[in-house]
Amino acid sequence: MTFSTTVIKYFASLREKVGRAEDVLDMSEPATVAELWQRLHDDALLPDTLRVAINHEFAMPDDMVQPGDEIAFFPPVTGG
Amino acid sequence: MSVIIQHQSFSPYEVLQDHERTLFVTHAGKVGAANHFIGTMRDFNEGSDVTGLTLEYYPGMTEKVLQNLCERHMAKYGCLDIVVHHRVGEIQRDEAIVLVAVWSSHRAEAFAACQSMMEALKSEAPFWKKETLQSNETRWVAKNTSGVFG
Repeated sequence: MTFSTTVIKYFASLREKVGRAEDVLDMSEPATVAELWQRLHDDALLPDTLRVAINHEFAMPDDMVQPGDEIAFFPPVTGG
Repeated sequence: MSVIIQHQSFSPYEVLQDHERTLFVTHAGKVGAANHFIGTMRDFNEGSDVTGLTLEYYPGMTEKVLQNLCERHMAKYGCLDIVVHHRVGEIQRDEAIVLVAVWSSHRAEAFAACQSMMEALKSEAPFWKKETLQSNETRWVAKNTSGVFG
């Protein structure tokens, strides 16, 4: 079985809440964004206020994450 | 088209002046309208006195989102050019946070594209503001409000 390293990043208030800037996960099979969140956060459901990106593109909770992708979870954006 | 995210403070008017030097060569005779928006750091928000502001972003994604927004707006409104400058890091009161500038042949496109770009940037570009209050407490800004009247 081949494993690829998937990086999961957290930003802003979420980073402070989670207590780290990123997680690293060895994945062998695809999983949805929501499944990935549950795996990393003690089975907690993905909060619907968070936004998600896969490889720098906005994504939805049901979208598939491939081993080796870069995932980001973050709160609503407040730039400008 | 130019998208710049920078830690250093900048003068929006110098950016505009520099950009127009080449713009009026590239699009000589075609520019009929320019419109720009400058967002500046103020010292109050949500009923509190704000003494400091830090802006975080997602290197790699933020640039990509802004680039896509520029391309989308250039195509939709038929603009001649769009420039976006955005500060990150520590920002002082009265400093520029963001500049969005649009050039087109007619004013309708310049007005509409500039406002639409700013609203899209506010709701889609991965930036996050953290305020320092007079009490020295810090807080993340929860969300952006709409800038459209009515």
